[in-house]
Amino acid sequence: MGLIRTSFALPILLIIAVILVLFTIDPLSNFGQGIPPEEALVIERVTAGDKGLTSIVRGNSRDPVTIAQVQIDGAYWKFKQIPPEPLKLLSQAKIVIPYPWVSGESHHMRFVSSNGTTFDYALEVARKTPNANIDTLFNLLIIGLFVGLVPVSIGMMTLPILRNVGNKGIIFAMTLTIGLLTFLLVDTLSEGLQLAQESASSFRGEIIVWMIAALTFFGTMAISRKSGLAIGGATLSTWLALGMGLHNFGEGLSVGFALSMGNAALGSTLIIGFMIHNLTEGVAIVAPVARNKISLMSLCALALIAGLPAVAGTFTGAFILLPHWGALFFGIAAGAIAQVIVEVGRSVLIIQNKREDNTYAGPAFAGFGIGVVVMYLTGFLVQV
Amino acid sequence: MTHGRLIALITKKRAIYYEFEEFFKMITKLLRGAPNRRALLGASAWLPFIPLIFSSDAKSQDPKDKTPHSHSRADSHSTGMTTVGKVDHNRNGFDPMELLTRWETGKVSIDTNGKRVRTFEINALDIEIEIAPGIFFPAWTYNGQVPGPTLRATEGDFLRIHFTNQGSHPHSLHFHGIHNANMDGIAGAGLVSPGEEFTYEFFAQPYGCHLYHCHAVPLKRHIHKGLYGAFIVDPDPKLHVNHQKMALSRQLGTEQNKGWQELLMVMNGFDTNFDDENEIYAVNTVAHEFMKRPIKINKDIPLRIYLINVTEFDPINSFHIHGNFFDYYDHGTTLLPTSKNIDTVMQCQAQRGIIEMSFEHHEPGHYMFHAHQSEFAELGWMSTFEVS
Repeated sequence: MGLIRTSFALPILLIIAVILVLFTIDPLSNFGQGIPPEEALVIERVTAGDKGLTSIVRGNSRDPVTIAQVQIDGAYWKFKQIPPEPLKLLSQAKIVIPYPWVSGESHHMRFVSSNGTTFDYALEVARKTPNANIDTLFNLLIIGLFVGLVPVSIGMMTLPILRNVGNKGIIFAMTLTIGLLTFLLVDTLSEGLQLAQESASSFRGEIIVWMIAALTFFGTMAISRKSGLAIGGATLSTWLALGMGLHNFGEGLSVGFALSMGNAALGSTLIIGFMIHNLTEGVAIVAPVARNKISLMSLCALALIAGLPAVAGTFTGAFILLPHWGALFFGIAAGAIAQVIVEVGRSVLIIQNKREDNTYAGPAFAGFGIGVVVMYLTGFLVQV
Repeated sequence: MTHGRLIALITKKRAIYYEFEEFFKMITKLLRGAPNRRALLGASAWLPFIPLIFSSDAKSQDPKDKTPHSHSRADSHSTGMTTVGKVDHNRNGFDPMELLTRWETGKVSIDTNGKRVRTFEINALDIEIEIAPGIFFPAWTYNGQVPGPTLRATEGDFLRIHFTNQGSHPHSLHFHGIHNANMDGIAGAGLVSPGEEFTYEFFAQPYGCHLYHCHAVPLKRHIHKGLYGAFIVDPDPKLHVNHQKMALSRQLGTEQNKGWQELLMVMNGFDTNFDDENEIYAVNTVAHEFMKRPIKINKDIPLRIYLINVTEFDPINSFHIHGNFFDYYDHGTTLLPTSKNIDTVMQCQAQRGIIEMSFEHHEPGHYMFHAHQSEFAELGWMSTFEVS
């Protein structure tokens, strides 16, 4: 017992001793003399309103950042920082600047720290950021429905057609699903990685995206196969709907964010684009149940799972999205999509192996190719 | 295919195209927020909720809203355009307000030939100065102040400037004036290594409003970090019998000179993030200082400004006065103005001159003066006279 206790204590005592020695020798003393504190700041979100411009900033360096002055369009301007303390690593503050911004034009912000370092942000098109009133919320709700639920439901109405096609048709529909999922996976990952870059580098957003994606992938695999069996049919459809739902939440984020940043002009084509883009998701969800019985209620539930998150995403994107949360979220979506790719792929193989028929290679290739190409082309409509 | 059929086909295609075009026009109209009944009915077959979606968008397209400030009731007056807070002049060790009127005339002695000799002491020091509230700049200075001390002598005085370099880099004093090559303050002629010293000796000539600065390389860095100051040579009235009155009014300490309010203004800038552009512009270093503390002017006494431009990185700087006009003496090397009745004057780097004006017939009030490069004004070179 005594031995065990000693063996626990020894490493701890040693590490303390080593740290003490390090401080005494101070080998770094020659490396940092006279260097001004390293300051970094990230401007996460800028909104325009009746009171001028408001920005959310976050400290991104070990040395705290003091915002001494603020320039807008090359002019020093009055500002108020809430809370007023210097920004420590990853702490956040709101800066309100009573600046007479001009609708439809660009404004350039520059935050000057106490040692004269500058941090810039360009508000590309200044538009009044909508307030969270009933009108706005209602409009966002409608937009969210149009982006998610409506196209997914319409896409699911292809089920009767799928029921009447042969195995090759099913293979085609399933591989089409894989194609579009692959596209969504890449798309989601790159969205996440882009947001990770916009977020404070101390969060190490890129690692978060990859790790969360991997965790989600293995997590969803573990949960979906906890019975020990691979999934298919209605269960697969449900997981598909869940993956799509997560992805649509992400799309909602983009749309809501674009709208709140004043890119309403972009928004109008964007919404129609998303509708076309997401039609195929409906097809994908029903493909696994083409040979199974499924109740109308279940279909409705699937549509809701896949479509409704877009509404939540639109709200979140419009009012509270900060880049690192966005990155985290896109990581989750990517992992969920990877899971359904594996499961749908497995279903395709099962169909093929059952019939021991290799003539499915053609429809499979066509399905996958068309899936990717359709997503790519309709993707042009939805560039935020 | 017969000619007739071809035409029919083309016409049909066109018709289809026109149908498409009509549809798109209708959608566009809807999106633009001018929904007419037909467009609404037409679209309702397709996307019944579109007007709901875009109603808020449509509002912002209203031409009324396109006017400036449409969405912001934020204060657009000068009260908004400012640096926030106060600079601690005590910590800096100098006050821009005091630099306006602090003339360094040196230790005066008479040599064996009966000639007046002025001896000055100048040290180069590295110090951190606050150039706008909360913004600290690692400056290189003469005697711990930016601009350096204003050296003032009379035409023909013998000057002995004893320079000690207590800074971390080689520095020098390079005077704009008439002197020999070995007193020029360049490498091999008075460039002083850290810890060493040098004495510059020459006669004060020609009379005028001049400057001195460090001529160590790299020039841009040595100048913009703060190594510059004013060098004013007053005309000797005995040498200017035709314009003796003007000469007397320019010579510091004479009765005539006491009838003037004299101010020194050095237009400078600071590149705080070392991107070769100035983040701060000012007169006598501190951004917006004379907006927050207007310079008090007695309207009954004429005003003379020694104006010097040392701004680095920008080709020119300028001075503009509100509600008044002035006479200008380029380089101050004449006793008659080189420009009469102007309200804006432009100077390249190291150019300088003397401004003379009067508020005698003005009502008391605040009269702004600033660079008429709006950019410089909004980045700190904005000031006010409080005339009473």
